[in-house]
Amino acid sequence: MVSGQMVIYEEEANQLKGICEQLVRDALAKAIFIVDPDGQLIAATGETSGIDTTGLASLVAGATAATGGLADMLGEEEFPVHFHEGTRNHLHVSLIRSQLILVVIFDERSSLGLVRLRVKRAYTQMEDVLDSLEKKAAAGNDDVDIFGDITDDDIDSLFNDTF
Amino acid sequence: MSFINYAQREIILKIVYYGPGLCGKTTNIKFIYSGTNPDARGKLINLETKQERTLFFDFLPLSLPAIRGFKTRLHLYSVPGQLFYSASRKLIMKGADGVIFVADSQRARKEANIISMEDLKENLQEYGYDIDKIPFVIQYNKRDLPTAMPLEELREDLNPEGKYPDFEACAVAPDGPGVFETLKAVVKQILMELKKKKQ
Repeated sequence: MVSGQMVIYEEEANQLKGICEQLVRDALAKAIFIVDPDGQLIAATGETSGIDTTGLASLVAGATAATGGLADMLGEEEFPVHFHEGTRNHLHVSLIRSQLILVVIFDERSSLGLVRLRVKRAYTQMEDVLDSLEKKAAAGNDDVDIFGDITDDDIDSLFNDTF
Repeated sequence: MSFINYAQREIILKIVYYGPGLCGKTTNIKFIYSGTNPDARGKLINLETKQERTLFFDFLPLSLPAIRGFKTRLHLYSVPGQLFYSASRKLIMKGADGVIFVADSQRARKEANIISMEDLKENLQEYGYDIDKIPFVIQYNKRDLPTAMPLEELREDLNPEGKYPDFEACAVAPDGPGVFETLKAVVKQILMELKKKKQ
């Protein structure tokens, strides 16, 4: 493995989902996503049907990384918030401690000001969840040992029905 | 960085296709897309220039069956090959669980292969990774071309000590020999590496 491993446990996943559900209501948003900086989708809520959530997660992570590159060029540590304004839909993207990316999609039912205000509140709640995840990661308390007795045959069988 | 989601019971592995410009990284990903069961594949994202060269990255999510009740998902990325896209290559490499180096077998691309391999090593080092310690596979692509160098010469350039598993491939052929074998080999290495870490 190239680097460490990100693990999301059920408890924290539920907490993140709860924060997103509250934020959808408070910010009058269309949909909310939480993405890991490497492009994996962690949580999604709101009007997500019709959106390629996996692709969106990968593109948002790419755009966030590119924005980080821009910040670096200008001598900034990072641009923690960026905003994409469309004709009907807008995207508000914020970095939570460089560990999570919070994406809010909203339309004319809301406003940038309201989204900004509500995201600030959610930010603190998400930091608490990250603290909890870090503690668990340090304690190494995985729920299940997934890889412990994996065999070559197990790995070969993964591909049987796929390709 | 592998990602384990206990709530969704899934493991996600990030695999990056690396190599010089026009070596066939995108072609590999397109071949995998077309040869995969439609239920198992997600949407293929190509961010290309007007000349159909990769601008930022290609992305293909694939779902594999479950291991110990955990669904395995592969996220395949390819980086832009041209030298001047070094910055975006670095971004895509971040968090990779395994790397596939696609070499162009044509003699005219000999130097480009070597430069790209050096570039890969440097990029990995910048993130504190060691090419000898990560799951890594080499694919010698375009083996069908009359201008292809002998395999021994490619190995001498890119894998002189034979440390890395390597495969011959032709990603443009209808049966794409070597394409799935390369992917399977890197997935196997990643899973074995994860197993080792747990022991």
